[in-house]
Parts: sequence; C-alpha cells; structure tokens
Amino acid sequence: MLHYSKPIMLGLLLTFIAPSLTLAEEVVNLYSARKEKLIKPLLDRFTEETGIKVNLVTGKADALLQRLQSEGRNTPADMLITTDAGRLHRAKAAGVTQGVDSAALKQVVPESFRDPEGHWYGLSLRARPILYVKGKVDPTKLSTYEALIDPDWDNRICIRSSGNIYNQSLVASMIAANGAEATETWAKTFVNQFARPPKGGDRDQIKAAAAGQCDIAIANTYYLAGMLTSKDQGQRDAAAKLAVFWPNQQGRGAHVNVSGAAITKAAAHRENAIKLLEFLANPASQAWYAKTNGEYPVRADVEPGELLKSWGEFKMDRLNLQQLGLLNPDAVRLMDRVGWK
Amino acid sequence: MLVAIKRAAWPRLNIEPWSIGVLLIALLLAVPVVLVLSYLFEPAGEVWSHLVDTVLQDYVINSLLLMLGVAIGVLLLGVSTAWLTSMCQFPGRSVFEWALLLPMAIPAYIIAYTYTGLFDFAGPVQTLIRQWTGWGYGDYWFPEIRSIEGAALMLALVLYPYVYLLSRAAFLGQSICVLDVSRTLGNGPWRTFFHVALPLARPAIVAGLSLALMETLADYGTVQYFGVSTFTTGIFRTWYGLNNAAAAAQLSALLLLVVFALIIMEKVSRRQARYHHTSQRHQALTRFQLNARQSLMAFLICFGALFFGFILPAGQLLWWALTTAEESLDSRFLGLITHSLMLAGAASILALLLALFLSYGKRQQGGWPTLFAVRLAGMGYAIPGTVIAIGVMIPFAAFDNALDSWLRAQFGWSSGLLLSGTLVALIFAYLVRFLAVSLQTVEAGLGKIRPTMDEVARSMGTGSGEIVRRVHMPMLKGSLMTALLLVFVDVLKELPATLILRPFNYNTLAVRAYELASDERLADASYAALTIVIVGILPVILLSRTITRSRHAKSA
Repeated sequence: MLHYSKPIMLGLLLTFIAPSLTLAEEVVNLYSARKEKLIKPLLDRFTEETGIKVNLVTGKADALLQRLQSEGRNTPADMLITTDAGRLHRAKAAGVTQGVDSAALKQVVPESFRDPEGHWYGLSLRARPILYVKGKVDPTKLSTYEALIDPDWDNRICIRSSGNIYNQSLVASMIAANGAEATETWAKTFVNQFARPPKGGDRDQIKAAAAGQCDIAIANTYYLAGMLTSKDQGQRDAAAKLAVFWPNQQGRGAHVNVSGAAITKAAAHRENAIKLLEFLANPASQAWYAKTNGEYPVRADVEPGELLKSWGEFKMDRLNLQQLGLLNPDAVRLMDRVGWK
Repeated sequence: MLVAIKRAAWPRLNIEPWSIGVLLIALLLAVPVVLVLSYLFEPAGEVWSHLVDTVLQDYVINSLLLMLGVAIGVLLLGVSTAWLTSMCQFPGRSVFEWALLLPMAIPAYIIAYTYTGLFDFAGPVQTLIRQWTGWGYGDYWFPEIRSIEGAALMLALVLYPYVYLLSRAAFLGQSICVLDVSRTLGNGPWRTFFHVALPLARPAIVAGLSLALMETLADYGTVQYFGVSTFTTGIFRTWYGLNNAAAAAQLSALLLLVVFALIIMEKVSRRQARYHHTSQRHQALTRFQLNARQSLMAFLICFGALFFGFILPAGQLLWWALTTAEESLDSRFLGLITHSLMLAGAASILALLLALFLSYGKRQQGGWPTLFAVRLAGMGYAIPGTVIAIGVMIPFAAFDNALDSWLRAQFGWSSGLLLSGTLVALIFAYLVRFLAVSLQTVEAGLGKIRPTMDEVARSMGTGSGEIVRRVHMPMLKGSLMTALLLVFVDVLKELPATLILRPFNYNTLAVRAYELASDERLADASYAALTIVIVGILPVILLSRTITRSRHAKSA
C-alpha cells in the first residue's frame, strides 16, 4: 500500500512544483474574488481576441488580499478583482496596488466608481434596493431606507445577517450620508422591525417574502434576476411575487456597490493587465455583466438589458465608494452594538 | 514497569536521531499554529473592549452550546450504531456496517443547504403543510432548521461517523475473553455494554468525539449560513468586517487554548485508568442475537442515522441535479475529479506516514518536548481552515522571499516564489490541518498494544523493526486504514485552504461546489457535491471491508 517507486515519487514531486514554472508567453495572472463562473467566459473571450493567456485563482477577497500581501514583490498576480469597493480600498491601503492613468478608463468609468488616484476601477454596479411583495405593500408608502423604521413596517422586513458585506456597505453608506449617531439610532429601531432573526443569503430573503414570512426584503437586484431566469419553477414563481422599489430617489439615491479591479504594485505583466482592465470595461463586456448576472453596467452608454430596464431607471448614490471601505469597520461596530445578528 | 526502570537507567542526554527527527517534524508542522498563537502578544488596540462589550459573550455561549449539542448527537448516534453493528445480529447489519460511514462524505455546509431547502419556511415541506391546512405564517409551529439546534443537528449528522468508526474499531478489537467473562457472569447486552465494553472503548470514543468537536469549532459554512454567531464567525467578522487581523488571530489563539485545555483535562482524567487488554486471544465473535422487537429497534436506529445523514440530503442533491441544475457534467469535470483525488491521495498517505512516525517517536522516547511538539502539531484541526491556511501562507512566502532576496544579492538571480502557490504549500496545509485526524486514530490503535508486548518480543531478541512489522502492524492495520480514509475524505471536502493556496487554474470538486453554492445557486452546486460523495464512497466501502476482515483474520 505504501510502496512507491522512485520515478513515481519524482513524477509526483514535479507535478507539485511544475505549476509555479510559467513559460515565457503572453500572460496575465489574476486573483479574483469574482466566482469563476462569473468571470471566466469574459477572460476566454479576452484570450481569443488578444492571444494573451489569463491564469486565474478565485477565492475570498480578504484571503486573496492576504496572499498578495505576504507574497510581496514576488507575487505572480498582476490584477486583483473583488466584488465590493471596500476591499479594493483595503488593497490600496495595504500598498499592494498601483495607480493606472488610463484615459480610456477614466472616460467611461464615472468618478464615484473609481479610485481618485486610479488604483482601482469599478466594472459593474450592484444595486441594493427595497423589494416588496406585490399586493401586500403599497409602494407609495415606501420612500427611503431611513423610513423603514416607520411602525408600518414593524415585523415585516427580511434582511440577511450583518456579517455580510452588502449590509455592511449599506450601513457604511448611511453613516456617510447621515452621520454615525443618526445611523445608530436608526439601526436600533431597524433591527426590531425584522420579521425573523437574520439568516440565509439574499435569495432566502426573497423566498421568505414570497412565502409570506415578511412583506419587504432587502436584496441585491442580481439575485432577483437570477431567480427570475432560473430553471427552477419554484424560484421563478417566488421572485415573480416581488417588485423593485428604488429608495431615496428624492435624496442621495439607492445604494450601489461595485465589483472592480486593481493592478498590483508588483505586476510583472502590467501592460497586459491594463489591456484586460480596459477589455472588461468595453461595451461588449459591460453588456455581458447585465445579461449574465443581472448587474448594472458601470458605463452609462451601455444598455442594461430588458429585465433590468423593466425595473425602471433610478438614481444611484454617488458617494465615492472608497468611503465604503473607510467606514466599514464603523458600520460593523455599530451593528454589533445594536444587536444586528 | 520494565519500561520505566529501563528508561530511568538510561542517561538523560541520550539523543537519538529518531527523537530529533520527531521533534523537528513536529515543530515544522506546528509552525502555523505557533504563528497564530504568537499574535497573543501583539497589541490589537481597543477593539477588544468593543468585542467584550458587545458580541464576545454571544460567540462564547453559542460555541459552547453548539459543542454540547454536537457532542450529545455524535455520541448517541456514533456509539449506539457502532455497538449494534459490531456486537448484535439483526437484518441489514452487514450493509449498515459500511453505509453508516456515508454521511462523512457530505460537507457540513452542503447538508445545511439541503435541509434548509427542504424544511425552511419557504421549502416544500412547510409549503405543503400550508397548502393542506390553509395556515399562514405564524399559525403553526415547525422546528426552525436555521437555528443553533439545527446547526448542531447538521454537524452531528455528518460528524458522527468519526465516533462510529473509532468506537467500532475499539469494540471489534476488544478481547472476546473480557466480553465472555461478562456474559458468563450473567450480564445481558445492556450491562455488558455499559459496564465492560463502554469503559474499555473510552479512549477511542473520546478520540472520535474530540475530532468531531474540533471540526465543529472550525466550522464556518454551516453556522454562517444559519445566522448563528460563534467564535468562528466572530473571527472572520473581526478580521474582514472590523479589518483587524491581529484581534482575529487572537480570537483564534484563544480558541486554541481552550482546545488545548480540554485535551489536557481529558488526559489527566484518564491518567488513573489503563486500557491495555490483558489478553489478545480472540475467538470467533458471537454476536448478541436480537429478538424481533429488538431487531426492529436496532434497524430503525441505524436506518435513522443513515437516512437523515445521507439518504435525505443526497437525495435532495440528486433531485436538484436532475431537475433544476443549469450546470452539467462537462470535460472539465474530469480534471476536477483528478485534482481532488490526487490531493486527497497524496495528503492522506503523507499524513498517515507522519502520524506513524510521530506516534512511534512519542511511544519510544516521549520526553516532554517531543510530547508537547506533537500535541501542538495536532492542534490545526480546531482552527478555521482559512486561518490555518494563512498560517501556512505567511511562513512559506517569507521563506520564498528571503531566499529570493538572498539569491538576488549573491548571484543577481531571482528565484521568485519557489513554494508559495504550488501544491507543496497546499499539501503542507492539509497536513497541518488534518494531522490530528491521523494522529488520533493511529494513537488510539497504538494505545491498545501493551508496552509489555514489545518487551516480551524484545526479550526474545526481536529487533525494533521486526516488532513493528510482526507484532504491531497486524494489530494496527484497521487503525491505519481508518486514518487513511478519514484524511482522504476530509481533504476531498476541504475548502478554505484549497481555495486560498491553490495554484493558478487549479480547481477541485470542493471549490466548484462552493463557488456555486456561495453564489446561492444550490441546484447548480449539486453535481460537484454529489461527485464528492460518490468519490468518497468507494474508499469508505473498501475501508469498512478491511476492518471487518482484519477482525476475522485475528479471530481465525
């Protein structure tokens, strides 16, 4: 059972070390917090068009960032992709990214969705509106995130736990808009409006609302889109019971976050990485995000697709998203204090 | 006694190459754990007062409750089924023998997803109830699956096989004489079980239990999905959310200290009792013949564990795969299977060799530094996988970077990252994380071999190698196979370390399953999850047959 001949052992050893030996071809190496399924097709298209091979490791943003940091100047990664601005900002603060001065990118990516010094660029927008059950909620009674503490909504709201970055970013954006004190006062009442203790993901909130456990769910739109286009009849039926309400349209606008990318400081294939970055921001790629994952394009000149258009145009919160990164720890502490599980 | 006298007569500074080797390997494997512990001395700022004021109490209480629930669950399920399948005769026994191991192949977070899919408020079961009765939300009571009790149940259902495997091996290994004596004294199955077999099997049961509890402490996927704040979710919340890596590492270190204390306590409480068998004489095992009613009970108990731990969740996965999954098997799937198999195979063999080496080292000359280092090296199992992965990543990267700098300075040549981002680092991480599993299993097996047997063999002029080969190996075979299998299946399921340490373009079944599941596409994850289960089944069956056969060989 345990006897191995030397050639086999040697062969095994080589297979283990071999992946680190990269040949001199045109490549770009990517650490991505975007799931393979939601980035690989674009990367394949990039390789087809440019001949540049893309090597990919996916993982959780914080772990990838840690990997970048500990690998230091020898990191093989040229680019880091994350699914929220907070982590991009954290990468910049950790000193593992570099500024990119690309006229092409600056032109198409609005100012609030990129780093002022070009350390990261947003590539797709993820909106987090209020979803309500049709027929049970009169949308004219809805107005803002802040107004969800109205007694009307007591015991009628489903939202996931505060351990999730989407909620942390939402609260961070409220701190930026209303101040920490007002937001904490709001959150204290808000947690008592929940119909059930927070659990599950965004889709679970939508399902719970559809099943009658609550009347309002707060979730990112692409989960709703994913359910509406699902092969599962149950998911389609559940999602069809809900409608999108865009909050804070008279004020700052609905909360959005971005998925985006940064070029690493140690990038050995900097030029290729910039090419990839620009490719991900081109109209075809932008339309792909909307079509495949129900995210909004970051550039205004690209149509978001039929389904997303059906939810109507809306005003976005134009807060510079690096604020979300800066205020994230404050948001988490605040939620700890008010007992948002 | 002989051993003690001999050891005392030897000069204290007799350093053998073996013991140095054991110490060095144990220390090397302990590096990530030591790295985590070292953060205890790093100031983390006022974040601690925030944690103490707000959430720390929840973390501690929930983790303790979860451990308690899992402990009760795995003991009830694991010990009862082990006793029934090894000592009693009832219809279906020979199938249950191996089938009861199957839940082990299902990752805990996957079973959590399937149960939620079935029993949640919006799931088919409750929807059906509402359709039949016309009730709405709040009109009826239904157990909440996504709760701390639910989390304990999920974990117990997939972790009981640890207790089952180890205690079954112990029951089977128990000298028939002892049990026969008990029977001739007029003890029925119950009394024999509680007064003789159970105390004798205690070390094995505790070994299984501690594995289950360490895995419980390290679990992140299940509790996070269920919205239960435990120590582990707290670690990640502190790290990711509060952006305070030092405080997160300190929480991990605290977790380690607790585990360490528990292990010491168990060792101390056991110090008085010795569990070596006085006789190795085995006769053909006559199982208790159960009557019809007892047989039915036995069948139901075993079937219940199998049904809720495997058939139901695997059935749900299969249903998803067949009906709603948009993903399907493609050519890349073969690559995933190959990668998973290769990693699991390599890691389990290496972990077994290391465990053998370390536990023999401890057995032969267990000076306290060796003992301590081996213990430390086996702690990785209780820390969340991501934390241990980072504990592996940092020293590897530091080594690579130092080597690179030195080469640049000396020869103007850059080696880049030599080991970081290769499978070497990944397999090292598996070893750190799962050494406890193979170590506990091998030690439990080795513990059954009386030191006097070595002495007898030695007095007859048998060399150490010979003793190991001719005396130990036949007795250890079952334990070794168990260790091999446990690590194999654990690596198949392993996620966090694989995710963060793997090379470019290198995916496994667990990574694929996780990526889809975490994107809340459970149905799409079902193919990969099912394949993990299927790949895990084969060794489970092989192992079970080996254990049974080793028993028969001994009794022949």
